[in-house]
Amino acid sequence: MNNYIVTNLPEVAAIVLFGIGCSNLLLARNLVKKIIGLNIMDTAIYLFLAAKGYVENAAAPIVSSGAVDPDLYVNPVPSGLVLTGIVVSVSVTAVLLALTVRLHEEFHTLDIDEIVHQLRVKDREAAP
Amino acid sequence: MLKGTRIQTLYNFLSIAFTMLLIGILLYTVSELPAVGDPLHPANNEVAVHYLVNGARETGALNAVTAMILDYRAFDTLGELCVLFVSACSVFILLRVDAGRKEEEVEAIDRRYEPKDDPILNKAFLFLIPAVFLFGVYITLTGHLSPGGGFSGGAIIAAGLLLYLNAFGLESTERFMHRIRYRRLSCGALGFYFIAKGYSFFVGANGIDSVIPVSDKGNILSAGLIMPLNICVAIVVSTTIYAIYLMFRKGWFNI
Repeated sequence: MNNYIVTNLPEVAAIVLFGIGCSNLLLARNLVKKIIGLNIMDTAIYLFLAAKGYVENAAAPIVSSGAVDPDLYVNPVPSGLVLTGIVVSVSVTAVLLALTVRLHEEFHTLDIDEIVHQLRVKDREAAP
Repeated sequence: MLKGTRIQTLYNFLSIAFTMLLIGILLYTVSELPAVGDPLHPANNEVAVHYLVNGARETGALNAVTAMILDYRAFDTLGELCVLFVSACSVFILLRVDAGRKEEEVEAIDRRYEPKDDPILNKAFLFLIPAVFLFGVYITLTGHLSPGGGFSGGAIIAAGLLLYLNAFGLESTERFMHRIRYRRLSCGALGFYFIAKGYSFFVGANGIDSVIPVSDKGNILSAGLIMPLNICVAIVVSTTIYAIYLMFRKGWFNI
């Protein structure tokens, strides 16, 4: 184990955020809170990628025309990856929230345990 | 698995233990990674250097991120736009007003949750709307010269549309943004993106000279295809966000 954990504070923060989102995803019973947990995990990934692209004392990757010294700018590749991640996260959140709306219309609750319970009761009534 | 039972307690304990284990493993990995901000980081390899050194000359975009997402890796962005479009379609399938939900019922729910003609919003809106739309259009058009681009500009334009919708209601928004125009705008932008980028990749792969001039002068029109593609991205993003909001609120467009 190296001592880089002191210099990698943004990545440590990203990992802790990821853990918070993951525990929220596992422990929350409310479906909307589960979706919020998933979004916190997404945000942790963006923070991790942004930290990967950072270069000490470097500027944003907007170059002036002519000769360019690449050491003066941060890495543009992780920024593009973060953009992709944000779009996918927005789409997934929209679809998950739509599914939650349908579940609420069907069962009149957002509690996942309550939904499972109602489904079991319905199955027992259907079976002779 | 109901509240307060022993299984529930065990589940909570196992969840926390699993999360702690995950954080531990990942923190151990982070401690082995090279330092943040190190210029000799292995991620800062020849790919990033190529984009920074040759990006402006090859694509005309001074913003290296825009040069990457709209030129070198443009098909990735097309995939993202398709993901947005498909998510809007899925939300529509899940939430549309079907035979079970009467139109008047939906209107009553809308009135209850979204108060119309709010005086504060209406007055503030008169100052906000020109600024919001102008800012969104500016960010979209200068995406290749300054920070920004189609995604951020489209999100700002969508915020302006949602503000307009909440201030004046659906009737006034649907004067310029109805179902047919939504369909034409999003499908037209996706189609133009596909054709334009297909042409550019075709001529690039076969060594043919493209008819679209590209220079690194840094003018608004000097970047070849990048500005039209940014406009397409902004159109798809703003119409998709607007349509998803409308479907959550109403089911679908009225007209």
